[in-house]
Amino acid sequence: MSLTLGHFLSVGAILFALSVVGIFLNRKNLIVLLMAIELMLLAVNMNFVAFSHYLGDLHGQVFVFFILTVAAAESAIGLAILVLLFRNRSSISVEELNTLKG
Amino acid sequence: MDYQPGFFYLFAALLLFAAFRVITSRNPVHAVLYLMLSFSQAAALWLLLKAEFLGLTLVLVYLGAVMVLFLFVVMMLDIRLDGDRWGFWQHFPLAAALGGVVAVEIIAVLWVGFPNMAAQAAPVASDVSNTKQLGLLLYTEYLYPIQVAAVILLVAMIAAIALTLRQRKDTKTINPGEQVRVRAADRLVVLPLAATQKAAPAAEQTEEGKA
Repeated sequence: MSLTLGHFLSVGAILFALSVVGIFLNRKNLIVLLMAIELMLLAVNMNFVAFSHYLGDLHGQVFVFFILTVAAAESAIGLAILVLLFRNRSSISVEELNTLKG
Repeated sequence: MDYQPGFFYLFAALLLFAAFRVITSRNPVHAVLYLMLSFSQAAALWLLLKAEFLGLTLVLVYLGAVMVLFLFVVMMLDIRLDGDRWGFWQHFPLAAALGGVVAVEIIAVLWVGFPNMAAQAAPVASDVSNTKQLGLLLYTEYLYPIQVAAVILLVAMIAAIALTLRQRKDTKTINPGEQVRVRAADRLVVLPLAATQKAAPAAEQTEEGKA
């Protein structure tokens, strides 16, 4: 049997669900939350590339390019905020981030 | 074309296993390393989909830069590993059930919406370069968005530097420019003082001290 679009979409869906589970389980560890967000973006990119290949449309890959750009910027700023947080509070536990009483 | 499903299942299994280890490993350094493994497997899957440029970009930019940044920050932060994990596996059944629901729903919707798309895949000629096609598209139709993306990267760089930069109060660094520009008049000030001064009478002072 040959590969179909459904195979790749299934991998993307399972990957997305795994990262949702990761956000659920690691609520206290901020850095694992950032990694789960990266996995989520990877799952979305997987869907884009699969659609781009099977529909024969290259614009999906261009979109993945821009998603990669924004994801790199997001992780750089997120890690900078994380370093700043650790420098000020000596901890990155989400439980202690209650200054705003949200 | 027979080897493609085998490679697909290998890469997909490794990708999902690595993703599972990312979200369940105790040590954040192990989590980052498994995240690198999962990104490399995703790049291999994209190569199967004939998206060579994006696969190589994922390896170069993500594994080479972003994941190393993650690793650097994780190793620098010295995160405590104990005590944070109570109730981790206690919540796991609920989380796994929710994740299963999400996966099944997405797969069901997509499978119904796009059934068996293999036949409609456009045949790609062997002499067509994916990178060249992507470049043609990026630099003609997407010229303005790519410049916006460049500005976004610049803003991210400036923001990251501005957030983490700090001036230390107790540092004793020297400024060579100021040292070079200094003049003798700035360092030595000659006050007009008389060479000899009239001493005060000692007797009056002692009398005033007694009084």
